[in-house]
Amino acid sequence: MQRIGVFVCWCGSNIAATVDVNAVSEALSHEPGVVYSINYQYMCSEAGQNLIKDAIREKKLTGVVICSCSPRMHEATFLKAAAAAGLNPYMVEIANIREQCSWIHKDMPTATEKAIILGRAAIAKVQLNTPLTAGESPVTKRALVIGGGIAGIQTALDIAEAGFEVDIVEKQPTIGGKMTQLDKTFPTLDCAACILTPKMVDCAQNENINIYAYSEVAEVKGFVGNFTVKIRKKARYVDETKCTGCGLCTEKCPQKKVPNEFNLGMDTRRAIYIPFAQAVPKIATIDPDYCNMLKNGKCGVCAKVCTAGAINYKQQDEIIEREYGAIVVATGYNPIKLDNFDEYSYSQSNDVVTPLEFERLMNAAGPTNGVLLRPSDGKHPHTIVFVQCVGSRDTSGCGKPYCSKICCMYTAKHAMLTREKYPDTDVYVFYIDVRTPGKSFDEFYRRAVEEYGVHYIKGMVGKVTPRADGKLSVQASDLIANE
Amino acid sequence: MSKYDKEQVLCSSGVNVLKCMRCGKCSATCPSYDEMEYHPHEFVYMVEKGQIDKLMASPSIYKCLSCYACVERCPRGVEPAKLVEALRLLVIRQQGQNHLKADDIPALLDEDLPQQAIVTALRKYSK
Repeated sequence: MQRIGVFVCWCGSNIAATVDVNAVSEALSHEPGVVYSINYQYMCSEAGQNLIKDAIREKKLTGVVICSCSPRMHEATFLKAAAAAGLNPYMVEIANIREQCSWIHKDMPTATEKAIILGRAAIAKVQLNTPLTAGESPVTKRALVIGGGIAGIQTALDIAEAGFEVDIVEKQPTIGGKMTQLDKTFPTLDCAACILTPKMVDCAQNENINIYAYSEVAEVKGFVGNFTVKIRKKARYVDETKCTGCGLCTEKCPQKKVPNEFNLGMDTRRAIYIPFAQAVPKIATIDPDYCNMLKNGKCGVCAKVCTAGAINYKQQDEIIEREYGAIVVATGYNPIKLDNFDEYSYSQSNDVVTPLEFERLMNAAGPTNGVLLRPSDGKHPHTIVFVQCVGSRDTSGCGKPYCSKICCMYTAKHAMLTREKYPDTDVYVFYIDVRTPGKSFDEFYRRAVEEYGVHYIKGMVGKVTPRADGKLSVQASDLIANE
Repeated sequence: MSKYDKEQVLCSSGVNVLKCMRCGKCSATCPSYDEMEYHPHEFVYMVEKGQIDKLMASPSIYKCLSCYACVERCPRGVEPAKLVEALRLLVIRQQGQNHLKADDIPALLDEDLPQQAIVTALRKYSK
């Protein structure tokens, strides 16, 4: 028979206000094997821990039950205290009478009754416990980062810097992610590529980093420290070891009408392509949906012009199996689809653009070479309206219930950049609330208003209508002026 | 304090005004906005504040076309048009509060007015 000590914690009033702690320690003192039972205001405090340690020594306890908070909170604390008093820590059991009892009940008699039952269960378990020794299991010292955007890149660099091997799996032909498409970053208005591309190159050059671009995770098995991952390396139809990234094939490919996803379909690329000049790895990829050779066997121009002999129309997807100790998921985001918000005429007018499309229209490597022009007629716009919160803070089911948190900042950035480059363009921002917490963030927004003369109007836009003259008419109300 | 209880309006409309986040999309989308003294977003706020009398006395509630554009586009599902319907009902249910006497009606008739409307008006205002 074990010699068990029971320690009931009040947790201030967290437990004691709903559970009669005296009744609990009294009731549990009569359980078989219990030789000592006590309650105390804060069992996790140093004085409380000393109560436990002293009792273990003086009463020669062989088992301990602590009725307190969730083991997630203080199990380690109590195990350590028991071990310090010479008891095997695996002879300690926690009865959770806070999260699973006092916090969820209002009625003291029922809560007390339940606390006693939970205590009894823990005592019964200690009766059957045997002292254990902690073991060790080996850990694979290699990490996997899923997603090669700026988050994945920085994670991989940090892990590599700490001396571990790390693999990046990126589904696009190049790492870099969404940040490759951004023009400037807030609040410093630094050029996004100037921050990102050196880090991409660092990844490629770091001996500890291995990049699986144009690949996806197919399967993850195992457990913390020992994962087995299957990575599907999609066929590029280009031999990575031979391609030099010279780009000749991308100039000669006769299939010219492929929507260019890098510029969000606002211009075209070829069926064999390198997403952009600074791509890492800089290897051409054939798009099987558009390549005539892959679709019907009629072409083969890229293979003819490639001086390195890198084109391989027979290439297949390849499955690579690797072991990892840790996996970091950095899969990023996608902007909301505008199908549910057609009152803004996105589907009816090319001049209604998403923020990411706006970034491309402002960017020197974009479809307009950095000149802000209306996609419909290539003319310079004289008034630009930013509609905030589309798809955010929406509980009607069309959008997401949360605030995306970054739109206020990038809109202030877009507005400022527009006014900076084109002082003759009027910029209006229709907002519900301006949410710009963060270092130098609110100052940034105020700069848009005070220095750049951006007009902020409180009130969401109701609808956007294309007009016969090619311009857009925007209907909104100004809630502050009530007009 | 309003003579009429906001609970009545909330109950008969089924609208939860506390869901409103004051974005104003209802007013921005309203085709009758320019005709109104109080606007859709104000209906919601005024009901919340209990200013039912003010709304019932305002011609704004008859400017609403019940097109339900505000209901359709509200990101929070607040349904301002349903408040207007509830307010109109509250007005109709009042006893002895007619704007017109039955005898005044013949003077207001014009030849475009449908027969049915004239009969309905006489029936309503002779009560």
